[in-house]
Amino acid sequence: MNIKTAQLGHSLHNCIRSNIKCSLGSRSHFTYYPTSLGSGKRMNMFNAINNAMDLALDEDKSALLFGEDVGFGGVFRCSVNLRDKYGSQRVFNTPLCEQGIAGFAIGVANTGATAIAEIQFADYIFPSFDQIVNEAAKYRYRSGGLFDCGSLTFRVPCGAVGHGALYHSQSPEAYFAHTPGLRVVVPRGPIKAKGLILACIRDPNPCIVFEPKTLYRAAVEDVPTEYYTSQLGKADILRHGKDVTLIGWGTQVHVLLEVAETAKLKLNIDCEVIDLVSILPWDTDAICTSAKKTGRVIIAHEAPLTQGFGSELASYIQEKCFLHLEAPVKRVTGWDTPFPHVFEPFYMPDKHRCLSAINDIVNF
Amino acid sequence: MSFLRKSVHLLGSVARRQQHLKVIGGAISTAARDYSSKPSEDYANFPGAKAPFVSKLNLIQPEDYAPIPIYRVMDQDGYIADETQDPQLGREVVEKMFRDMVLLNTMDKILYESQRQGRISFYMTNFGEEASHIGSAAALEMRDLIYGQYREAGVLVWRGFRIDQFIDQCYGNTEDLGRGKQMPVHYGSRELNFVTISSPLSTQMPQAVGAAYAMKLKPNNDACVVCYFGEGAASEGDAHAAFNFAATLGSPVILFCRNNGFAISTPSHEQYKGDGIAGRGPMGYGITTIRVDGTDVFAVYNAMKAAREYVLKENKPVVFEALAYRVGHHSTSDDSTAYRPAEEIEVWNSVEHPISKLKRYMVHKGWFDEEVENEYVKDIRKKVLKQIAVSEKKLKPNWREMFEGVYAEMPQHLIEQRTELEKHIEAHKEHYPLKNFEK
Repeated sequence: MNIKTAQLGHSLHNCIRSNIKCSLGSRSHFTYYPTSLGSGKRMNMFNAINNAMDLALDEDKSALLFGEDVGFGGVFRCSVNLRDKYGSQRVFNTPLCEQGIAGFAIGVANTGATAIAEIQFADYIFPSFDQIVNEAAKYRYRSGGLFDCGSLTFRVPCGAVGHGALYHSQSPEAYFAHTPGLRVVVPRGPIKAKGLILACIRDPNPCIVFEPKTLYRAAVEDVPTEYYTSQLGKADILRHGKDVTLIGWGTQVHVLLEVAETAKLKLNIDCEVIDLVSILPWDTDAICTSAKKTGRVIIAHEAPLTQGFGSELASYIQEKCFLHLEAPVKRVTGWDTPFPHVFEPFYMPDKHRCLSAINDIVNF
Repeated sequence: MSFLRKSVHLLGSVARRQQHLKVIGGAISTAARDYSSKPSEDYANFPGAKAPFVSKLNLIQPEDYAPIPIYRVMDQDGYIADETQDPQLGREVVEKMFRDMVLLNTMDKILYESQRQGRISFYMTNFGEEASHIGSAAALEMRDLIYGQYREAGVLVWRGFRIDQFIDQCYGNTEDLGRGKQMPVHYGSRELNFVTISSPLSTQMPQAVGAAYAMKLKPNNDACVVCYFGEGAASEGDAHAAFNFAATLGSPVILFCRNNGFAISTPSHEQYKGDGIAGRGPMGYGITTIRVDGTDVFAVYNAMKAAREYVLKENKPVVFEALAYRVGHHSTSDDSTAYRPAEEIEVWNSVEHPISKLKRYMVHKGWFDEEVENEYVKDIRKKVLKQIAVSEKKLKPNWREMFEGVYAEMPQHLIEQRTELEKHIEAHKEHYPLKNFEK
């Protein structure tokens, strides 16, 4: 299984079908760039997540799946049919209470059983912030290793969706990136989502998988049906280039891939596009290697600028790659406002803002 | 159609019977009495509650409910009022109960003093609550998993946590099971099934509910979970989450509230307006509930025995409220005479004290020998004082352990940070207390 995993991880590089563009309607701010492994079953991201949880529940009899409205299949259909297959003792609804879901999940994991907990929207993860930050993240450390909740995984839909406004659009990864003891990952599509979820379930640390909800239906790929894991803490270089490094995660990766294509066609600029994948711990080596090669770095994320995870990347790159940089590290992000409803097209770090940043940074 | 109507009626009558079952001793509501004369057809069909309609407006008042009574076995003079309630514990068990309470009390006095002398950084005593700890722990099996708040050291004493283990934790030395990472009194023991204490209040409550749920699913499970918390902690949102999750999901957990009247300086009447914590159980969350005299070790013992049996048989929770009085200050950072009269404390520290009550019981039984007990206290004092001297001389763990246990395996960035600190300390060792730490 490990060999298969390693092969899969390896073949994820250089396998973006850059000539295929999906029609996603006029509201979408991105074009989906599917990952192709050459075989597998056609699945969108919620199918792939469903498949991952199906395999996890089948493989590990102690595994429990729960959250608000999980029983009937979930509001995004990720857990559809799983209650029928594994029973209502293993796949079940909880009362509507995020701090309870998180605390309950920690307790399940304390006994060594596997907990897959869903928080319905990332925007509603804050009531469980105390349980995640003060408890889950510190369990092993504070007990000197006597107790832990490593068999715990949170699945959390996140990110812009076109019309989600303040409380159905947020990307709160930076809040959690400041918490030692957690793993935080963000998939960019079905293949990655399945691999990351299975890796997180098996990882002996509490993990949060932020799933960009706009991809649930929009992202379609041929996903291997067998069990595989995606490496945690490892970034994916999706496009090689020598002039500018573009770093993003989740949906933003697809914005950056389109930007890189446009920059090549219109400006003859070679962009390297990196999907960071893991927010914590993150792949410092991949980022610094690329930054040293290109000398120019743009980081793009949907979350607000100030104290967004781009700040951590920028300061680390500045510290470790200072002599290689030809221009200041540039961040293209959401604005320092709550996420707005009707103004969403003006809020997003869209391809035009990213392309404009490339122009600025090469002419610095 | 007719079948549907029938089943609705059936549902109504089932719900009505359950309504009666839920009315517990002394807490019969006027509303419930009114319902009993109505035919079941009057039950409404709302999904949110099964109840009859009434045609007169009636605001349900808290006063309509009698308070949940306090179960007591032994009076303050150590006499058992109702012989049927005598747990008939053998002399050996009662002596262990007494001695464990005395050990805890004696250790508390000395460690409290040693904090005052600046020898440990912090301490919290258990004065007045010894019977809640020992009585409840004695009714459990070692395989039962304990989640605590911080004032449950007696449970550990009963389970065999040693004086050196307590004191080593308070010093955070190299023998501390927690590796010196947490403040004093944040004990934990894998061996004794006692989950490591953390400071954030009530966070352990939904965790205990989750653990109980997972344990319930294990084949032939015969272990429950007990979660201790204070009445102040019960105001946190996590307490609500725990009560509700335990009830709806069916967790074999005993939610054990130590209601000692105070949360630091806040008296319980500023903490809630209902009938304590027990009052929330049956009507509020649909949980079987017990309220006991927490200064009566036999009452706590009997009730915990029954609670344990119930949760394991039914796979349902129990709310357990033990009423006592926090005789000591909240912690070494608190002077409680700033918010309560010394005379009040004195009553609870003498006639109403759990140790005094058990002592009187033992005297009646002819099981108490003043001289032997004085020797025992002297011996414990000697052991504790000696252990303090030993524990404070022990080295702290290697400072590099600061970076360990954050993750199951140390990630690259922490290895780099540890190396950075290593280099810094090498260059500036004179500024750091290296001699106190293991090499």
